[in-house]
Amino acid sequence: MPTEPVKRRLKISILRFNPQEPGSVPRIQTYEIEEAEAMTLFIALNEIREKQDPSLQFDFVCRAGICGSCGMMINGRPTLACRTLTKDLGEEISLAPLPVFELIADLSVDTGKWMRGMSERVEAWVHMNGKEGDLGRFEETMEPALAEKIYELDRCIECGCCVAGCGTARMREDFVGAVGLNKIARFRVDPRDQRSDEDFYELIGDDNGVFGCMSLLACHDVCPKNLPLATQIAFLRRKMVSVGWK
Amino acid sequence: MQASLANVIKGQGDNEDVHFEDTVRGSDWGADQEVVRMFVDTAPKAARELAAWGVPWSRVTRGDRDVIINGQKVTITERDEAHGLIAQRAFGGTNKWRTCYVSDGTGHAMLNTMSDQAIAHQIPVHERSEAIALIHDGSRCYGAVVRNLVTGELAAYVSKATAITGGGAGRIYRVTTNAVICEGIPTAIALETGVATLGNMEAVQFHPTPAFPAGILLTEGARGDGGLLKDVDGHRFMPDYEPEKKELASRDVVSRRMEEHIAKGKGVKTRFGDHLWLDITLLGEHHIKHNLREVYEICHYFLGIDPVKDWVPVRPAQHYTMGGVRTNHTGESPTLKGLFSAGEAACWDMHGFNRLGGNSVAETVVAGMIVGEFIADFCERPENAGNIPMGVIQEALRREQARMDFLIEGRGTENAAALMAAMQNIMTEKVAIFRTGRVLEEAVHELQQLLLRSRNIGLRYMARGANPELVTAYRVQKMLKLALCVAYGALQRTESRGAHFREDFPRRNDAEWLNRTLATWKSENDTLPSLTYEQLDIMKMELPPGWRGYGAKDHIDHPDSAKRLAEIEAFKQQRNGADRFELQRKLMPYEDLLPKRFRGRNERIDERL
Repeated sequence: MPTEPVKRRLKISILRFNPQEPGSVPRIQTYEIEEAEAMTLFIALNEIREKQDPSLQFDFVCRAGICGSCGMMINGRPTLACRTLTKDLGEEISLAPLPVFELIADLSVDTGKWMRGMSERVEAWVHMNGKEGDLGRFEETMEPALAEKIYELDRCIECGCCVAGCGTARMREDFVGAVGLNKIARFRVDPRDQRSDEDFYELIGDDNGVFGCMSLLACHDVCPKNLPLATQIAFLRRKMVSVGWK
Repeated sequence: MQASLANVIKGQGDNEDVHFEDTVRGSDWGADQEVVRMFVDTAPKAARELAAWGVPWSRVTRGDRDVIINGQKVTITERDEAHGLIAQRAFGGTNKWRTCYVSDGTGHAMLNTMSDQAIAHQIPVHERSEAIALIHDGSRCYGAVVRNLVTGELAAYVSKATAITGGGAGRIYRVTTNAVICEGIPTAIALETGVATLGNMEAVQFHPTPAFPAGILLTEGARGDGGLLKDVDGHRFMPDYEPEKKELASRDVVSRRMEEHIAKGKGVKTRFGDHLWLDITLLGEHHIKHNLREVYEICHYFLGIDPVKDWVPVRPAQHYTMGGVRTNHTGESPTLKGLFSAGEAACWDMHGFNRLGGNSVAETVVAGMIVGEFIADFCERPENAGNIPMGVIQEALRREQARMDFLIEGRGTENAAALMAAMQNIMTEKVAIFRTGRVLEEAVHELQQLLLRSRNIGLRYMARGANPELVTAYRVQKMLKLALCVAYGALQRTESRGAHFREDFPRRNDAEWLNRTLATWKSENDTLPSLTYEQLDIMKMELPPGWRGYGAKDHIDHPDSAKRLAEIEAFKQQRNGADRFELQRKLMPYEDLLPKRFRGRNERIDERL
């Protein structure tokens, strides 16, 4: 019978602040819990809230790495908490809310509001040409490889990690971020979208768009979905430059 | 998403009729067949509309390709004329390859497109707001009392029509694939009106292949594409139980067979309990990393294994709430005017006692189209303008504020999180896949005790704004009522149908139980729902009850089944040569139930318009 490994006691330090609460000031609070097998930060944070501190705020929805609600700074790096296993971290773990986004409280931030604003600015939807066809008739055909290419870029879960890791986003409030530029890249390859590069230039051909990017590329490094953000931004910039030169 | 487009070669011959039969058999005859007809007719239109709006559906490639069917590599040839049309894969309980998909992220891609369109149409979305009560006067719904989850403020949303589309209630169980927000609160506030009814709450689906022990869903596509279920000995056991459909019988049947096999000692033992294996290694690395990438990622991140080489530990877990707010075919509550519901939250009722894989996202969009149209009609009718009864609205706000105040300041002694955990344990241990009267009685009794205790919850953290403990407190009070609807409904239903399986009543009993359970919560002081039953009329069915084509072969017939079947056969003989549309129209006309713009045939390669 193999002996059970000695269980670690984790020290989880959380940056806490609730702007809604009078008198609340930003502070670091440290909680200790015993590590369990296959423990994720989703499990750890819920255990802290249930057993130690009912006031602790954080967001999880799918807890399976597909909804993007649980982005947070884990040891200084933006990523998804639900699929972060504690065994991959040291005994001391630091957690903080994603920067850039409006803070709700503790680890909970309002990515939804930011994403909606960005989507409105870059008009992140297929701009169809006129009316829909007859729904009883065949769909328009599409090359299978193209459908896959669109989906590759459609895999974004809007978790906000790329924005939290972005230098420009810290300086320019209206910068659309890698998430916004990736959306443009997605609609640009979609033949159902009738917009031309000139149209896209109107949306992202400035410092709040593709020319605001300083190519630090943290977005690419931290994207939990491994989206090809660096390539897409470089490609878009080339395209937008050629429109700008005209 | 299931839609009978019949684009792929293994979908050839598919149409509304086949999809209809699969869905009704899947439901174990609990579904409303007219609604199923409305659904299967609109599903291809929905898939095509989504294609136009931007969903990057995976597409058919012409020519030969290798697929895995029943553990064997088979070469199939896609038609030239199908090239570039929406591709489809196999799912459980279907006679054709019908499930449209987007690589490994169908729901995600559909959601993206719908969200994009909502933004394009400037539809406001009030995030972090939660309806905690409906405003009504006993016969008409006027909107909802909504709590802002950040500030804690209550507001009345006053409306001509109110729609409950809040998904399922999986979180009344401890082990569930559902997201943590699937707590059924929207369904519960309908129940709390005392007027609106919930249908078939005891019909709860358990998915066969969530990753063990976390309960994170691995798509049915894993089996649809050829994945196999294996036991502790590495033996593929499903053909022993289900020679016809094997791993691809309906979910209720596969889940039951898996648990049956585990009970025989054939599970793999671990400190978290027993599990079985899902083997997709035979599909190959390219397929797994492209078409099943989400499965790959979940295995990688949560289990630390590589499904290209390793078998994946799986065990059934709660997955889908077939029951919900009972509506008529327009999506409106038959008992509370102006209240609508659609999707998993609703009991429309196209799933009966078991839903087929791929029919859920399909229902979501199809019901969105159909019910949305009926809601728009409802709002346009002048008689529905009416007066806004300010007194009713103010009273609802006052009552809900008082409830919040009592929770925050009432100095109760019960812990909300502990009650939640106790409820989830009872449901997972006692109201799960195999049910018996004795255990269900215990469950009902224990849940009643919890409900009483939930009226005495006290908070450790008393903030009025963002306060997770307060949220747990008012939600667990509502969730316990739903849990009681499930447990009590299951106790009363002394037969087995679809996902509801009673070990002490193992046969489907059409003679006594071909009906839909309707639950209401009459008074705040009650600790049980009031149940009534809505009879299903076989003589109006297009497909009278029989064997499903998989699962148990013995059931207790209703005398009308043979009568109706004979009627249908005689009619078919008499109309020998009539086309399928004419036959269908005669057996069970439904087209006039659909909104006008969704009527009409669906084009297929072999069925041109």
